[in-house]
Amino acid sequence: MSDPTAHNGSLGPPSVPPNGAPATEQPRWRRDFPIDSDEDDYVSRRDLVKYIVLTSGAFAVGQLWLVSQKLFGRRSTPPPTLPVASVSELAVGGAKTFNYPQGSTPRLLVRLGPRAFVAYDQQCTHLQCPVIPVVEQGKLHCPCHNGWFDLRSGAPIAGPPQRRLPRVLLEVRNQTVYATGIEDGAG
Amino acid sequence: MPVPELFEFFVDPGRCIGCQSCIQACAECDTHKGQSMIQLDYVDRSRSTQTLPVLCMHCDSPTCAEVCPADAIKRTGDGVVQTARKPRCIACNNCVLACPFGVPKMNTRLNLMMKCDMCYDRTSVGLKPMCASVCPSQALAFGTRAEMTKLRPRAKPVNTFQFGMQTIRTKVNVMVPLDAPREVVDVTAAMFEPTIGHDVLDDVFESGGEG
Repeated sequence: MSDPTAHNGSLGPPSVPPNGAPATEQPRWRRDFPIDSDEDDYVSRRDLVKYIVLTSGAFAVGQLWLVSQKLFGRRSTPPPTLPVASVSELAVGGAKTFNYPQGSTPRLLVRLGPRAFVAYDQQCTHLQCPVIPVVEQGKLHCPCHNGWFDLRSGAPIAGPPQRRLPRVLLEVRNQTVYATGIEDGAG
Repeated sequence: MPVPELFEFFVDPGRCIGCQSCIQACAECDTHKGQSMIQLDYVDRSRSTQTLPVLCMHCDSPTCAEVCPADAIKRTGDGVVQTARKPRCIACNNCVLACPFGVPKMNTRLNLMMKCDMCYDRTSVGLKPMCASVCPSQALAFGTRAEMTKLRPRAKPVNTFQFGMQTIRTKVNVMVPLDAPREVVDVTAAMFEPTIGHDVLDDVFESGGEG
């Protein structure tokens, strides 16, 4: 199609529908399937190029915004300290789920030794299945896709997961285990 | 470029001598790949030599486009109804059956409806269509209305046709005598009549053998 403005100069009257009613009173499908070819070519090459450029531009700006959030964004304040369990509650090798902060996704507390506790987010970093502690092997296992994590560090060992489990920082005071913060696995 | 509004197409069946020049010339047109899109109909072949050329009338509200389920038939801004768009045409034959003038033809080899597009490559640059440029008796004429009134003072151009309850206005004009009454084609009465080309009277050899 040539330049539409050039075409309008000698454009004749538009096609008249059989019932003769004006275009505004015609059913919707007549506008979607017009008989006149000038009305039919509503996606021009220029429109398509404009759409592609603007959409990819929006994606690029979004990426820059994410990067700037990461670099210059305000650090979120750490959640308050929360008692999780008493030391006597868990035997060595035992595990317990808890929420920290209140209302979060389940976290997993594991007692590795008389004075050694670790806690991680229970969601596997692959597709959010709950992980199961295998204390005798020193690993965490995700049964969904056979993913494995190191129990001491939370780092992925085998299977699909690529990122470490977010770690919950712990503190033991007066025979009680407190959660004091979260160390993001991605960092 | 659109077809100039000044130029109009005039068909005068009374002047047709059946020489078939238009059929040959039509096939030379570049817009339809060597296929002739014009037909020469014999009115009553056993009794008369009268022929009439049939080409697309280019309706204001094209019935072929109205019935197209694939949105393939389009009318350009200058009022020329084009051949079905190849990527859209599904070769369903709806247009072939619906056209009151019997113009669209199904090309089964290409699976594409093809019809007269008034030689769009020629008329859009101001040239005459192939058929009008060769017609020796000017039964097919392409020119201005003033020219036609001057050359044919006893005929008037008609571009409104009545088929039953359907009124059709066309871009192409048919020349009729000045005192001709308005024709109304009763489509329901003609429903069970054999179509042109399949009439028994066409079989001149058999009727000749009996007589």
